Amino acid sequence: MIAIVDYGLGNLFSLQRSLRYIGQESVITADPSALEQAEKIILPGVGAFGDAAERLQKTGLGQAVVAQAEAGKPLLGICLGMQLLFEKGYEFGEHEGLGLIPGTVEEIVVPDRRRYKLPQMGWNSLRLLKKHPLFAGVKEGDYVYFVHSFHGCRCEDSVIAVTDYGIPVTAAAARDNVWGTQFHPEKSGPVGLAILQAFAEQEGTP
Amino acid sequence: MLAKRIIPCLDVRDGRVVKGINFKDLNDVSSPVELAARYSDGGADELVFYDITASAEGRRLFTDILRETAERVFIPLTVGGGINDLGDFDRVLKCGADKVSVNSGAIRDPSLIGAAAKRYGSQCVVLSADVKRVKGSFHIFAKGGRTDTGIPAIDWIRRAAESGAGEIVVNSIDTDGVKQGFDLEMLNAVCEAVSVPVVASGGAGKIEDFLELFQKIPGVDAGLAASIFHFGTVEIGELKRRLLENGIPARL
Repeated sequence: MIAIVDYGLGNLFSLQRSLRYIGQESVITADPSALEQAEKIILPGVGAFGDAAERLQKTGLGQAVVAQAEAGKPLLGICLGMQLLFEKGYEFGEHEGLGLIPGTVEEIVVPDRRRYKLPQMGWNSLRLLKKHPLFAGVKEGDYVYFVHSFHGCRCEDSVIAVTDYGIPVTAAAARDNVWGTQFHPEKSGPVGLAILQAFAEQEGTP
Repeated sequence: MLAKRIIPCLDVRDGRVVKGINFKDLNDVSSPVELAARYSDGGADELVFYDITASAEGRRLFTDILRETAERVFIPLTVGGGINDLGDFDRVLKCGADKVSVNSGAIRDPSLIGAAAKRYGSQCVVLSADVKRVKGSFHIFAKGGRTDTGIPAIDWIRRAAESGAGEIVVNSIDTDGVKQGFDLEMLNAVCEAVSVPVVASGGAGKIEDFLELFQKIPGVDAGLAASIFHFGTVEIGELKRRLLENGIPARL
């Protein structure tokens, strides 16, 4: 059973539907203790970093996610959920993240805002920097769906894929059992489903 | 580099696709769910469902098929038609829409765009604008393109983007249905005015029309069409291959 963390931001149903499509049971939950029962955890989210971080803190879900991840349970952050894995976010001020992956979240500095509109919204191709189990069903250059203006920075050791948007933009990062994708695998067609499948098949590191 | 998006649009009435559809090997050519799955498998980058239902019963059927489509289609889904308030946003988002497109609803209540952007985020709010030339200037038309509102189109679109619309669909009434190519002059004017993604609609009749669109107006992010895809005049895989051959980024 995969727990999808519900802290009140974003449309979680399409994520649940895509997991069901690949034969994975999941539960959408706002209960920190439910994360203990789950085999794996997905932290989704759209919206602003500060608001999300505050909600995670207030509900106790943030602490529960960190505790489970530190115990070795597989965790996947998606979009804003991935950004929250880092130490700090700089969207409308400075905010504390969950600190599970070293790095910060900053606005994408594009060379030309007319050519590279923000948010980056649409399909862009992956440049795979490291071999990683998340990419078991992914080829270099495969397209995935992005909607974001911010991305992971100062996280060179954990970046496993980038996408080119005037500059290399952090597309996926991983540190041990904690993985994150800036793009939406649940909206990325067959490539995205393969990525969710890879996560679902991942064993924890007890 | 972002791929240029190719977007088929399905008009849905009472839960069924209207307009002619010509897929020989498809059992139920008026099932939006079947067609959506077909387009998704065939390389469409996004789908637009446009609800042209008038009745409450038809609206319920629409949300049912939306839910069913979202069970099988894992690309972005935009829903338009009959979006008049935040309740309508909520209704279609809960059924699996990723973006919601407003047209007449925003003309009646211009504050709708800002309110929706605040609640759901700009990435979720699309302004669909029906634009036509009137005595040499672009006007916004309402009621499915039948009524001239007198509103200057470029101003309207700029204000919508400033209020929080995260994407603009520009439907040229002048070129719609003519199949002689997109309205490049109109699209260029819109791209000059806003910095959010612009989707071109109205006028595509063949692959070359998409090539011309993306080559001449680099600010356009996507091309939307209906009947040429439904009738198989343009096959999406072939269209994408031609885009790539011509150096235009596309997702195959």
